[in-house]
Amino acid sequence: MKKYLVPSIRLTLVLIVLLCVIYPLFIAFTGKLAKGKGDGEAIIVYGKTVGYALVGQNFSKPQYFWGRPSAVAYNANGSGGSNKGPTNPDYLKDVEKRIDTLLKYHPYLKRSDIPADLVTASGSGLDPDISPEAAKIQVKRVAGFRKLDEQKVADLVNSHVEAPLLGFMGPAKVNVLKLNVALDELQKH
Amino acid sequence: MNTELIGIIVTFGITLIIAIALGRYMAKMYAGEKVWTDFMKPVEKLLFRLGGINPSEHMNWKQFLKAMMTINILWLVYGFFLLIYQDKLPLNPDGNPGMTADLSFNTIISFVANCNLQDYSGETGASYFAQHFIFMFLHFTSAATGMACAIAVFKAFRDKTTTDLGSFWNYFVKSITRVLLPISVVIALILTFNGTPSSYAGKDKFISLQGDTVTLSRGPAAQMIAIKHLGTNGGGWFGANSAHPLENPNYLTNVVEIVSQFIIPVGMVIALGFFVRRKKLGLIIFGVMMTGVLMLMIPTIIGEVGGNPEIAKMGISQTTGSMEGKELRFGPAATAYWSTLTTVTSTGSVNGMHDSMMPLSGCWELLAMMINGFFGGDGVGFLNYYIYLIIAVFISGLMVGRTPEFMGHKVEAREVKIAAFITLLSPFLIKAGTALACYIFYTYPNADWAVKPSAWLNNPGFHGFSEMLYQFTSSNANNGSGFEGLADNNIFWNVSAGIVIFLGRFLPIIGPIAISGLLAQKKFIPESAGTLRTDTVTFGVMTFAVILILNALSYFPALALGPLAEYFSMLKH
Repeated sequence: MKKYLVPSIRLTLVLIVLLCVIYPLFIAFTGKLAKGKGDGEAIIVYGKTVGYALVGQNFSKPQYFWGRPSAVAYNANGSGGSNKGPTNPDYLKDVEKRIDTLLKYHPYLKRSDIPADLVTASGSGLDPDISPEAAKIQVKRVAGFRKLDEQKVADLVNSHVEAPLLGFMGPAKVNVLKLNVALDELQKH
Repeated sequence: MNTELIGIIVTFGITLIIAIALGRYMAKMYAGEKVWTDFMKPVEKLLFRLGGINPSEHMNWKQFLKAMMTINILWLVYGFFLLIYQDKLPLNPDGNPGMTADLSFNTIISFVANCNLQDYSGETGASYFAQHFIFMFLHFTSAATGMACAIAVFKAFRDKTTTDLGSFWNYFVKSITRVLLPISVVIALILTFNGTPSSYAGKDKFISLQGDTVTLSRGPAAQMIAIKHLGTNGGGWFGANSAHPLENPNYLTNVVEIVSQFIIPVGMVIALGFFVRRKKLGLIIFGVMMTGVLMLMIPTIIGEVGGNPEIAKMGISQTTGSMEGKELRFGPAATAYWSTLTTVTSTGSVNGMHDSMMPLSGCWELLAMMINGFFGGDGVGFLNYYIYLIIAVFISGLMVGRTPEFMGHKVEAREVKIAAFITLLSPFLIKAGTALACYIFYTYPNADWAVKPSAWLNNPGFHGFSEMLYQFTSSNANNGSGFEGLADNNIFWNVSAGIVIFLGRFLPIIGPIAISGLLAQKKFIPESAGTLRTDTVTFGVMTFAVILILNALSYFPALALGPLAEYFSMLKH
């Protein structure tokens, strides 16, 4: 083995320069041209960062559209899912509780109107999106709390539905933070 | 048909097109023929000169293995100490602490072995230095190690009688300069232009729209996520791996990431056919492997798209399928698709939490890792399949009463013994490990460790057993995904999984290289009417049967106690 030790050490050192210095710096440098300059795309309202477009945040106040439940309470410094198994009794109780909360705030809903994404925790705990159906069922509540015209809020939701990739790949979605920022805008005017 | 299903079918098509092109290219490149990436020659020359290496050195199988083991052990030592002292090293803007010795032991073995089981969480457990200079470095080198070993076996197949498997250094460096690095650059750029951070900026603090204070972890992740998929490594920058919106921002990046983790394993099999100049053999192996993949994938997709029956009982609408532990931007179909490919290959990155998937999906994930030879990890997947091939040749030989031969060489007792030993190793490590864990869980529930055994499991009953079984299966297969509910950062799991990962990595590399080295030294016997042909559909079916029977015998009882029991108890209610 001794014969191979010296070349191993020398090759490791030069590869560190290539793979851990030159390669990442090249990407970081080119990444400066991307949106957010490779730091992540921040959403800025009146000069203040209120969040990042890709990272979901907690919305629990009734005047906002709510995102998906999060196992880590939207802690953007410690992502993760619930890791609860599909038959875990505690988990099923949690889901039942979430349904009750939803029905309390949206008394006009039937259980079958509630899409699964609103009562199940995401994998990252930071899911920025909800399904278009999940946004639509919240329109009446949000409009009511803000004393806005329901149709206007519904139109706002529709304009925030992002189509599948190229129109045919993957799900349609609504970015909750962007929708809520636009909602605050709408109320100001 | 809905957009989620179309999405995965298109993804599958893209994968095949790229993998076939890549396979043909790799065959030529490793054979030393002219290829378009020859512009990298000066870089390689420089690497060889600075490394003090003669790339045209002849190595027999023992020398080849010695070179491979020497550099791998060097990385173990290098990483072990740096992880412990990462808090004292530069590039730690978030002030993360050094690792404990047992965590560092587990982590460094896991990354050297291309496994990437992570008992730490990236946001709080690793500095940027550790992420780049240890993890990302090993992402490249562990994948290149596997690829180099596969090429040595290919060369032993191609030459009639030889002791020369080629130079480990040559294959290893070329795997990086001609395959891994250029493709990683492309992937990393796509990721960063879609929103994955690539700069060295540390955490950001802000007040959210409704007034909460939020701290967001960031960092140069795009660079690492590119190679973690291409190299079938899987160790993520963030705790939630590729479910994290910064690691995997949208459906396009999801397609890129899932395609990139499958092209080299598939490409390697295509390359085999061209390199050995026996396209039919390559095609048959490809057919067997792809059949296996589809048999695991289709039921997983059906199960996840069907939704969770327990939630359906509550009267909730699961239009797209089961959503617990999944991200909305991918949906259940793409998450199920990913979960199969990440477990048949040794990647183990996740875009949704496996712990929360349906019981049978968990069963297929476990089975994929137990078989570990349907394409498998970069390079090593074929080596695992090679062991099955030798067993199949041996059994077929017995059945028809002919001397077993493979590639014109007699397969004799010594080779079959090695193959049998490697075959038995996996079930031993997985089942003995799980049994030990169950014993400790039951007998010493209050042992004074960082996490008491009684608090290990995140789920009761059969599913809890599956969490332990999954950990050892994933370790042995060098996969690295987990039923992440398991509280694994304590001395028992760190040490036991570390040992299993090490043995499960290096013995299944040493075995096949030894077999192919031994076979290649023997006299070449030209094909005749009496030869048992290995490039026929019949032999393909035979290999498939051997794989199924071996794995069913080894693992059915364990699977019955975990996911299958959970599935049937779900039906009962």
